[in-house]
Amino acid sequence: MSKEELEKKSMASLIRIATSWYDQMKAGEVPSISLPTRTKYNIEFDDTSEVWKYGDRESMRTAASAKSATHLLKMAYVIGFVKQQLLENRSSTLREMYYISEEWKRAKFGAQEESNFLIEDLEIISEVPREGFHLHPEENGASIYGPMKIREETRRGMRAIHCQDDVGQAGYTIPNNVENIEFVDHDAKFVIALETGGMYDRLIENGFDEEYNAILVHLKGQPARSTRRMLNKISSTWNLPVLVFTDGDPWSYRIFASVAYGAIKSAHMSEMLATPKAQFLGLQPSDIRDYNLPSDKLTEKDVEALNAELTDPRFSTEYWKKQINLQIELGLKSEQQAFAARGLDFVTKKYLPARLTDMGVI
Amino acid sequence: MVLADELAKQQRSISVAEFFEKNKHLLGFDSPTRGVITTIKEAVDNALDACEEAQVLPDIFISIKKISNEIFRIIVEDNGPGIVPAQVPFVFGKLLYGSRFHQIRQSRGQQGIGISAAVLYAQLTSGIPTIVISRTGPKESAYKCEIQIKIETNEPDIVSEQPFEWDRIHGTRVQIEFKSTMSAKKKLLEYLKYTSIVNPHARFRVELDDEAFTFDRVSHEIITCPVAIQPHPHGIEFGQLKRMAEASNAKLSDFLVESFSRVGKKIALDICERAGLTSTVKVKGLTAVQLKALLGAMQAVTVPAPPTTQCLSPIGEELIRRGLDKEFQMDFVAARTRPSSVFSGHPFMVEAAIGYGGKLPVEGNAIVLRFANRVPLMYQQGACAITSCISNVNWKSYNISQQALPMGPILILVHVASTNVPFTSESKDAIASIPEIEKEIVLALQDLGRDLKLFVSRRDKNKVAEDRARAVCAIIPEIAAKVSEIVEKPLVDTSPIEGKLMRKLIAKKWTRDGKVTIELSNYTTHEGEIAIYDISYDNATDAFPKADFVSELDGQFTKVWKAIIPPQTAWQVSYTGKGGGLLEIRGIDDNKKMVVDLDV
Repeated sequence: MSKEELEKKSMASLIRIATSWYDQMKAGEVPSISLPTRTKYNIEFDDTSEVWKYGDRESMRTAASAKSATHLLKMAYVIGFVKQQLLENRSSTLREMYYISEEWKRAKFGAQEESNFLIEDLEIISEVPREGFHLHPEENGASIYGPMKIREETRRGMRAIHCQDDVGQAGYTIPNNVENIEFVDHDAKFVIALETGGMYDRLIENGFDEEYNAILVHLKGQPARSTRRMLNKISSTWNLPVLVFTDGDPWSYRIFASVAYGAIKSAHMSEMLATPKAQFLGLQPSDIRDYNLPSDKLTEKDVEALNAELTDPRFSTEYWKKQINLQIELGLKSEQQAFAARGLDFVTKKYLPARLTDMGVI
Repeated sequence: MVLADELAKQQRSISVAEFFEKNKHLLGFDSPTRGVITTIKEAVDNALDACEEAQVLPDIFISIKKISNEIFRIIVEDNGPGIVPAQVPFVFGKLLYGSRFHQIRQSRGQQGIGISAAVLYAQLTSGIPTIVISRTGPKESAYKCEIQIKIETNEPDIVSEQPFEWDRIHGTRVQIEFKSTMSAKKKLLEYLKYTSIVNPHARFRVELDDEAFTFDRVSHEIITCPVAIQPHPHGIEFGQLKRMAEASNAKLSDFLVESFSRVGKKIALDICERAGLTSTVKVKGLTAVQLKALLGAMQAVTVPAPPTTQCLSPIGEELIRRGLDKEFQMDFVAARTRPSSVFSGHPFMVEAAIGYGGKLPVEGNAIVLRFANRVPLMYQQGACAITSCISNVNWKSYNISQQALPMGPILILVHVASTNVPFTSESKDAIASIPEIEKEIVLALQDLGRDLKLFVSRRDKNKVAEDRARAVCAIIPEIAAKVSEIVEKPLVDTSPIEGKLMRKLIAKKWTRDGKVTIELSNYTTHEGEIAIYDISYDNATDAFPKADFVSELDGQFTKVWKAIIPPQTAWQVSYTGKGGGLLEIRGIDDNKKMVVDLDV
């Protein structure tokens, strides 16, 4: 979809929402809106796109209580704000919109999260990603390092960048809007997405990218939308295997799940953001046992999270059931940097080659 | 020499004072911080008891001052009847000396251990003697003395004594200095606050270093002093029976009738027969075996419960409510005084109260206030029968969340009054678990729980209605304005929605551009003859229509309009002003009207 088409669609659907409220009130009815329920109990696997999307469960928000009415009022203000922004061809960050809402009196946001959530609601109802509203996240993207060449349309013109030769030690920073990137060429065999900066730096320092022709992506914890969009694009454009390497604890498995299947919060965008072909590399609970890694005891919260994952449809495979049950049995978790206990080269010389061979990647 | 001789050299009697020196925790002196609270508690207990006996409204002054690095000076002064000079050394300088130990009636202090324990504690930590000033009346001069306790013999040691010029007509002042810290300040103020709740007739003035606090009285009624009763046959033990028998010259049946409550001639003869003793035998000469048989017979025979009305002094539902109201701002308070009852021959009575909402903390466990004979219990909440009773009530059935204790903005007060409160230990911190008492506590709490449930459900119903009114009358019009602007169409009128949903008389007040508007829409089916009271800082001289009546008080103007509003019509007034204040509508049922301030 071109930029102009997206804007047109976005404007049309926002006006459609406002018009439906206008018509409801004109008919003497309390304005209302229905939205899919955004919990793990309402996500379904879509066979054609191979990602998890929202199911049929919907909840109705009617302005008959102060809380719901205020929610609708806020939505109306955001629609008005986006309309103005599209008309004037300006853009702002989510945080800026949060501050602009200070002027909205009763419709002002209590916290940034509230405005983020509301924008996601609007994305779902209008079927337009937030870029179509001229809103972008202000967090800077994560970094990428490896044998690939891209062209980025920057505010200062087109730039061609090789992600090993033209960048510093930290790599190429993924921009907010991945749509502005053209994927030119690559010399890679696979992509490894890493949870921690420490492991990302370790692999670069040990020359792992050159030795195995690997593209390294730093996820920076729970990955931002642009990072996930980047992985999705690399995977679909170049058809490269994507491997996710995180810590060995329940919270990190959720990082993998959001990369591979999409996040529950953004299931409406899964087709654009998820990388269904992504595979979990580690750190597997069985690695803690097999490599006898330094580890910590699982806390009560950890065990709760593991049990929650057992009921999460995204984890309902034999592989995950086995690994999660094993971890509960062991009662242990390890960080990916725990491999350092075996020497700084262990992870690049022993663990990764063995694991990648195992997975049939090399 | 045999070992027994060896040991015999070391065996000697231990004085009570010596015993206490080694077992401070038993009396509540286990730490310096706790020492302050225990001392003040004992002194205040004595002062309140004394005032009650003398039938005066207690005026109690408490001061705590740091006088050197670790030494604190504690002063407690009352307007009680005073103590005669000859008795002062014994009251303050001898452990286990008191007037109330042998009496069967409700009183705060009992064993006569408390205040002398504080004197001893001062002596042990600071070495400074305690100063007592007391005056028994306007004709007597005041008397001042410095006292310590002879630890080996448990006898008072008078360091100095002399007459004293005192401006009080009657009363007692005690000044104790010991090693302590002020880390228990919060707890201390809590103790005084709670004491003031259950002693609504008393006034406390407190000086903590440079800060002053006052806990004022809410009642000017002097409480009747409980009258002592004779022991009940079911509530007596062997030692006491033996002492009473030795002191008596009477014949057995007369002794039983005269010395015990609720024993008449018939019951006395029944006891004699069951014990196998002749009714005319002199009790003084009875052997231990015979006394044992007598005791058995006394416990076995059926005797009516002891009289409870004169020997107990409940606070009363009304005064508990007022006392709680004074110290906690709550939305709801209810209190219950249960009928008196008896355990093992001891009369007792349970009172309880529940407070809800207002300024109570919304999160966490309920606040529990425990009292025994009008004395707050400050420690060992977990070990107390009151706490376990509260946890045993199923609060969920009153729509209150519960994790052992109930949770939320709730306050629970339980007062156990008895001639013999069963404590778990001598520090008198927790009430022992006695089934009869527990049953009464649970019954009182369940009764209060039902009241609370009713209150909360009524309030919630009103809340839902108010919430809806706010949404419909204040927020939907704003949605309408914004949405009309977005779709670029004329402003959509939302009053049909209002009428459809509310079916009431809706009064709205709003301020725009320096103009205040009040609008009343009658969505009911009846014509309303309404009075509108608008109280704010606006004088509304340019109001249209003009107010029927205006009055001013402290810069606030009360404007009153009278209007007749036919069904499905609206009435409006506007004037220049800033808005705010209060809007009240009279002349229509509460459930048929709704007032919404659009500026909030």
